Amino acid sequence: MNTVMQHTKDPLLRIAKRDGIARPWAYTIRIIAVLLSLVVSGVFIFAVTKLNPLQVYEAMFDGAFGTSRRSWVTIRDAMMLLCIGVGLAPAFKMKFWNIGAEGQILVGGIVTAGFMRFFGGSISTPALLVIMAVMSLLAGCVWGVIPATFKAFWNTNETLFTLMMNYVAIQITSYCVALWENPVGSNTVGVINQQTKYGWFPSIFGQANTLNVILVMLLTVGMFLYLKYSKQGYEITVVGDSVNTARYAGINVKKVTIRTMAISGAICGLAGFIAVAGASHTISTSTAGGRGFTAIIVAWLAQFNTFVMILISFLLVFLQKGAIQIASQFNLNDYASNIITGIILFFILGSEFFINYRVILRGGKEADGK
Amino acid sequence: MEHAIAVQLKNITKRFGKVVANDSVNLEIRRGEILSLLGENGSGKTTLMNMLAGIYFPDEGEILVNGQVVTIASPKDAYAYGIGMIHQHFKLVDVFTAAENIVLGLEEEGKLDLKAASARITEICRKYGFHIEPSKKVYDMSVSEKQTVEIVKVLYRGADILILDEPTAVLTPQETDRLFDVMRNMKADGKAMVIITHKLHEVMDVSDRVAVLRKGQYIGDVATCDTSPQKLTDMMVGHAVTLNIDRPDPKNATPRLEVKNLTVYDAMGVKRLDDVNFTAMGGEILGIAGIAGSGQKELLESIAGLQPLQPGASIRYTPIGEGTSVDLVGKTPLQIKRAGVSLAFVPEDRLGMGLVGSLGMTGNMLLRSYRKGHGAFTDRKAPKKLAEEVKAELDVVTPSINFPVRRLSGGNVQKVLVGREIAQEPSVLMTAYAVRGLDINTSYTIYNLLTEQKMKGVAVIYVGEDLDVLLELCDRILVLCGGQVSGVVDARSTTKEDVGLLMTRFKKEAVEA
Repeated sequence: MNTVMQHTKDPLLRIAKRDGIARPWAYTIRIIAVLLSLVVSGVFIFAVTKLNPLQVYEAMFDGAFGTSRRSWVTIRDAMMLLCIGVGLAPAFKMKFWNIGAEGQILVGGIVTAGFMRFFGGSISTPALLVIMAVMSLLAGCVWGVIPATFKAFWNTNETLFTLMMNYVAIQITSYCVALWENPVGSNTVGVINQQTKYGWFPSIFGQANTLNVILVMLLTVGMFLYLKYSKQGYEITVVGDSVNTARYAGINVKKVTIRTMAISGAICGLAGFIAVAGASHTISTSTAGGRGFTAIIVAWLAQFNTFVMILISFLLVFLQKGAIQIASQFNLNDYASNIITGIILFFILGSEFFINYRVILRGGKEADGK
Repeated sequence: MEHAIAVQLKNITKRFGKVVANDSVNLEIRRGEILSLLGENGSGKTTLMNMLAGIYFPDEGEILVNGQVVTIASPKDAYAYGIGMIHQHFKLVDVFTAAENIVLGLEEEGKLDLKAASARITEICRKYGFHIEPSKKVYDMSVSEKQTVEIVKVLYRGADILILDEPTAVLTPQETDRLFDVMRNMKADGKAMVIITHKLHEVMDVSDRVAVLRKGQYIGDVATCDTSPQKLTDMMVGHAVTLNIDRPDPKNATPRLEVKNLTVYDAMGVKRLDDVNFTAMGGEILGIAGIAGSGQKELLESIAGLQPLQPGASIRYTPIGEGTSVDLVGKTPLQIKRAGVSLAFVPEDRLGMGLVGSLGMTGNMLLRSYRKGHGAFTDRKAPKKLAEEVKAELDVVTPSINFPVRRLSGGNVQKVLVGREIAQEPSVLMTAYAVRGLDINTSYTIYNLLTEQKMKGVAVIYVGEDLDVLLELCDRILVLCGGQVSGVVDARSTTKEDVGLLMTRFKKEAVEA
């Protein structure tokens, strides 16, 4: 940056918009932000608990990747979050505020659990898996298309609508849980087909969750290509940028809105299928577990680039697993670990400001980074 | 006559990222004088004045007011030094009255006394010859009244150094004359004034001195009486340019679009077009004149299929060469587009309709052709080639054809849009404000492109703001006034005053071409 000559009465701090930034430099700023957040969290940990921050970080890592089993759980959860994020990406890229992923996951999960419970054994597992996948896609699709249709034809507010659809899905789930209760009186469905494993994801290469990874990775690559190179992806970009421009170009905005939400809802529904058939093998109102909301952060932070979403999903799941570990290992309560997660996210989000703007101090020295 | 220097800018430099908007500019503003700040689009006029008004802060250099070095870090500071700026886009609260808008944000001792304020406003109006009703609500005002409120607002705050950023862009010739009278009154009162404008005849008309900027650099200043439009243009552009638009006579003009009984209401139920009838001929340029907001936008959008029409309307379209005529009413924008009707609409926010701000030039060229790709995926080769062509032909300044168009300067954004629409080879080409804010060179490039289209037999509809250009470029001019056609005149024989009158008054006995 150029040094500038100034006279004495300048304002102390000025903010100037950057005119584009080199990609490596943007990533440097982000990495600095993560490192700084670790330092600040460390100071916080030491100030509050007098524990050695390095030990705490080690414990966090241990919680996420300490054993092969833990690693697989981390991978499985990251895949789940990624899958929902990939589902949300087209909707948010179209500036359709789909905060109804929770509901879309749940309806996908209910359908999956229902088929698993009633057709396990009478249909072979591979065929059943295909049926469950298709049905969960359809269920999520319906859950996404309803608010989209209302938005397209009557311009209802999609944020409220998708949010309320979540509660409908939760109530339906409660009903199904009561209906399928096993054992009676437990108020849970229990693990479905625990002995026979009908309708469960098969182990591939000796790992129970390999299929989760394969499915989600296919979706990730597919969505990347869809958004970036397909005609429909282009239409999504145009509608998201300016509805007037879309109309001007002869794009049928109603059709694109409904179609995109059908895709978004369907993928979230499939996430419900993966959650039930590929992970928990049960259904409850907490099957989605707030991940439908967390995934919004994943989608936006990655700017809808599905490959970047992989990193962010892993970061979030890592933080969560690490937080649980330090809570139990050092007898801290959950809040301490939540604060650490909060500090880290704050720094990551804050770094975006320094990527878009630069701060100029009095005297013309420019402060870059964080 | 020697005038006291009010403001002096010394070696002012302002950068936006890599772009140098002002490069070590020196400028003097004197009392009792009207200074025209002239320069092509993107030459840094508005940026320079924004630094005086406290909106930007210079990276280098100093500002002297009355010989004292000052720091202007906010509009408040600017007012403290008596500097007031009237911006291109008005900053008024619609539901407030004139008086309420004028006192808004003032931190005066005691409680708010609107009566006293109104008296002061009336006093200011009387002194300089404004007409303004302090109790009138802004939403009831015409554009010119709103502008008056903005000027009075600045005077009310005691400003004696006034900066007007393109004040005439939204005014009719008559309103412009009135504004200039007021400016001369203020000059006689010893105020220092700067006017930014693109229109050379206005510069010659109103100013005493002209300062020219080119690409962020200060070229020099001249007394208006010692110069001519041609000399000023040469200074602005840096080399000699011809200021004549070549207007060949139309050859075998045939009716292309016959519009009948077009009536349009907007979403609020306000009548925007009232029984509009006209014919656009292939092989001629039909100009559309009118004060901003007289229904120009609705007219073009109706033809493009973007407006719901009242029953009874008919838009009969006859394609070039053989082919039967069809009615466009009730067709989707896509069907109309496929029939060969193209619309290049440059709205006030430039990106609102026609462009995708987050995409680059290639992505925006794709808007017209993305359906052509094979299978489910888009073909990017053709749009990329088109983007390169438009960039070269219209001299679009962009770091790369994939740089988001939202971050390009206004003029460049417009070139992308107009370039793309002309490349569609339409049979009806509608442009609205195609040269709004463009520099002289590019404007003339676009005029020539439009004339080229006309000679190919295309029906060109040109909605314009600058009457001089309309009179020079078009074959016929349709004048809109309050959503009605107040006349269709022959551009070769009419005068600016006639068109100006039609713009403000509905005249039944309009001269038929």
